[in-house]
Amino acid sequence: MDDILNNRDSEYKYGFTTEIEMEEFPKGLSEDVVRLISARKEEPEWLLDFRLKAFRMWQGMKMPDWAHLNVPAIDFQDITYYAAPKKRDKKSLDEVDPELLKTFDKLGIPLEEQKVLSGVAVDAVIDSVSVKTTFREELSKLGIVFCSFSEAVKEYPDLVRKYMAKVVPPSDNYFAALNSAVFSDGSFCYVPEGVRCPMELSTYFRINAAGTGQFERTLIVADKGAYVSYLEGCTAPMRDENQLHAAIVEIIAEDDAEVKYSTVQNWYPGDKDGKGGVFNFVTKRGLCRGHRSKISWTQVETGSAITWKYPSCILQGDESYGEFYSVAMTGGRQQADTGTKMIHIGRGSRSRIVSKGISAGFSQNSYRGMVKVMPKAEGVRNYSQCDSLLIGSDCGAHTFPVIEAGNGSAVIEHEATTSKIGEDQLFYCNQRGISTEDAVGLIVNGYAREVLSKLPMEFAVEAQKLLAINLEGSVG
Amino acid sequence: MLEIKNLRASVEDKEILKGINLSVKAGEVHAIMGPNGSGKSTLASVLAGRDKFTVTGGSVTFEGKNLLDMTVERRACEGLFIGFQYPVEIPGVSMASFMKLAVNEKRKYNGLEPLSAGEFLKLMRTKSEIVEIDSKLTSRSVNEGFSGGEKKRNEIFQMAMLEPKLAILDETDSGLDIDALRVVATGVTKLKRPDNATIVITHYQRLLDYIVPDYVHVLYKGRIIHSGTKELALELEERGYDWLIKDYDDEQDR
Repeated sequence: MDDILNNRDSEYKYGFTTEIEMEEFPKGLSEDVVRLISARKEEPEWLLDFRLKAFRMWQGMKMPDWAHLNVPAIDFQDITYYAAPKKRDKKSLDEVDPELLKTFDKLGIPLEEQKVLSGVAVDAVIDSVSVKTTFREELSKLGIVFCSFSEAVKEYPDLVRKYMAKVVPPSDNYFAALNSAVFSDGSFCYVPEGVRCPMELSTYFRINAAGTGQFERTLIVADKGAYVSYLEGCTAPMRDENQLHAAIVEIIAEDDAEVKYSTVQNWYPGDKDGKGGVFNFVTKRGLCRGHRSKISWTQVETGSAITWKYPSCILQGDESYGEFYSVAMTGGRQQADTGTKMIHIGRGSRSRIVSKGISAGFSQNSYRGMVKVMPKAEGVRNYSQCDSLLIGSDCGAHTFPVIEAGNGSAVIEHEATTSKIGEDQLFYCNQRGISTEDAVGLIVNGYAREVLSKLPMEFAVEAQKLLAINLEGSVG
Repeated sequence: MLEIKNLRASVEDKEILKGINLSVKAGEVHAIMGPNGSGKSTLASVLAGRDKFTVTGGSVTFEGKNLLDMTVERRACEGLFIGFQYPVEIPGVSMASFMKLAVNEKRKYNGLEPLSAGEFLKLMRTKSEIVEIDSKLTSRSVNEGFSGGEKKRNEIFQMAMLEPKLAILDETDSGLDIDALRVVATGVTKLKRPDNATIVITHYQRLLDYIVPDYVHVLYKGRIIHSGTKELALELEERGYDWLIKDYDDEQDR
C-alpha cells in the first residue's frame, strides 16, 4: 500500500522527447531577452511596453512563500525563455514538420482535421509556439475567433488589447509578472454575442525542449449570451532537471455568458525520489463581469513535481455564478497546493466548490480556498466541500479554507472530510476477484466521480484512465 | 471440494481456530452454528485469505489445490465466495462497474473473453430477477446508503453473478426481517446446483427453515465439537448449545 504512486517514472507514458529542429534563445533573462522575444514575434509597440513594465515589476518582486510547498531555489538565469520548432509556417499541415505531427499523434492528439475527434478544435502548442490550430475556418463562419495568442495579437489587436491583463494584471503576483514579461504563445478565443460555440475548443500544451520554460497565456472571452466549453491538456518529457511552467489563463464572461474551462494536467511529476519534474506555477482567474454570467473551472491535476494553482472567479455581475471542481492527485514526492478563490461582488451571486484531494506515497497535497463576500453583495450563497483521501501513511493532506463574509445576508456552507482507503474496502474487492491495484483505481475513481462527471465525455474517460494509470504498478 | 485438516489460526498471537476439520463435497449444504466468539467468522476470513489472521497449522485444499498458498483474489477466481456479515460501502462506484470488473477478472482468470457491455447488462438483469433484487439497486453505488436487508440481498446478487463453486455465507441472516430472510434463502436455494456447495454460518436455526442443510456443525472455542444432520439444528433450537458445551468443557477438564 505504501508504495502506491511511488514508482511513477516507469508509468509516465508521455515521457518521450522529439528530435525537432529548434530555434532557441540562449539561457537567461534580461531586458534584452524580453525585447528579443517581442521582436521575434513582430509585436506592436504597446505589447513590448507591456512586457518591459512587467519585467521591471518582476525584478522588484519576491517569490511567494506562503504556500504549503517546499520549493527549491529556481535559477531564472538557467532557463531558456524562447524555444520554437524551426518550420512554423502554419498555412497548411503539409508545411508542419512531420516529426511534430507524429509527436502529437503519439500524445493522442491528431492534428489532421479528418482524424480529429469530431467536435473538438485543437490549438497545439509546443514549447514556446502554437504549431497548429484546427477547425479555424469553420469556427470563423460563426464569428468565433480561435487561434494562437501571437496570431491574435496580429489579426485582432483591438480585441486583445481590450481584454488582455484585465483579470490578471502583471502586478498580481510574482509568476504573473514573469509570464507577462516573457510569455511566448498560448490560445486566444473570442465568442461573439449570442453565439453558442458548437464544438469543444482545446489547447494542448507540450514542453519538449530541455531547459526550457513554458510561459503561455490563454485568454477566453464570451460576449453577451455566448457559450463556450474549453479544454486544456498538457504533458512533458521525462527529464532529470526541473522545468518551469508559469502560465496565465484569463476568462471574461459578459451578461448571460457561460464559460466552462476544463483541465487535465499531466506534466511530468519527477521520478520516485523527486528528481526532475515540472514546476507548475499558474495563475488562472475568471471574471464574471456580466449579470447572470457563469464560469466553471474543472481540473484534474495528476502531474507536476510542484503545483501552485488557484483557478478563481471574481463574481462581479449580479446573480453571477462561479464553480470550481477539482481532483488533485499526488504521489511519490509530488507537492500540490491548489484551490480556488470566489470573490463575491455582485448581488445574489453564487458559487460552488468541490475539491477532492488524493494523496499517496510521500506526497503533500493542500487545498487552499477563499470565499470572500464584499459588503455590498446581498444574498450571496456559497457551498464548499473539500475532501481528502489518503493512501498509505507517509503522505499529507492539508486544508486551508478562509471565509470572509462582509455582508450578513450571505449563506456560506463548508463541509470537509478526510478518509483513508480502508483495508476492508480492499479486502471486499479482492474477495470478488479484483486485484488490489484495480481496487485502488476503482475506489479512487469513485471518490472523484462527482468532479469527473463535470468533464466533457472524452476528457472524463481520459481522466479516469489517467487516475488509474498513475496508480499502476504502485501497489506492493 | 473443500478439505480442511487440523486448521489452526491466530490473530495477534491469540489462537482462535484450534484445529478445524471439515470436508465439503459438491452439491452439499453445510451449516456451521455456535455461540458468539466461537470462531465462526474467523473461519470464513481465514478461508478467504484475510491477512490479519495467521495460519499456524493444518491444511486446506480446494478442488485439489492448496488454498492457503493463494492470494485473496486468486481464491475468489478459483470459485470461493464470501457473503459478508458487514458488506462495506464503496462510495461513487456503481454496482454495475464493480460487478463488471469482478466478473471479467474471473473470466480472464479462466481464459475467457471479457463480456461485452450488452452481454453484461443482460446477465445483470437475469441474475437480479433470480434473487428478486430491485434493478435500481444495481445502478447505485456499492452498498452506499443500502439498508441492512438490501446489503445482504446484494451479497446474494453478487453470488449469483459470480457463480462460485463454494459460497460461504457469514451470518447472512443477522439483522434481517422475515421477508428479507425468505428472499435471501430462496436466492441461495435457487442457486444451488449439483456442482457447487454452500457453507452457511449462522447463529440461529431460523435461516435453516429456508435453507435446508445436509450437515450441521457446532463450532465452539475454535473446534468443531459436534456434527450431525439437519435434525441437529432443530435440537439446538430446542435445547440451546449448553448441553454440547457442557459435555465438551467437562471432557476438556478431565
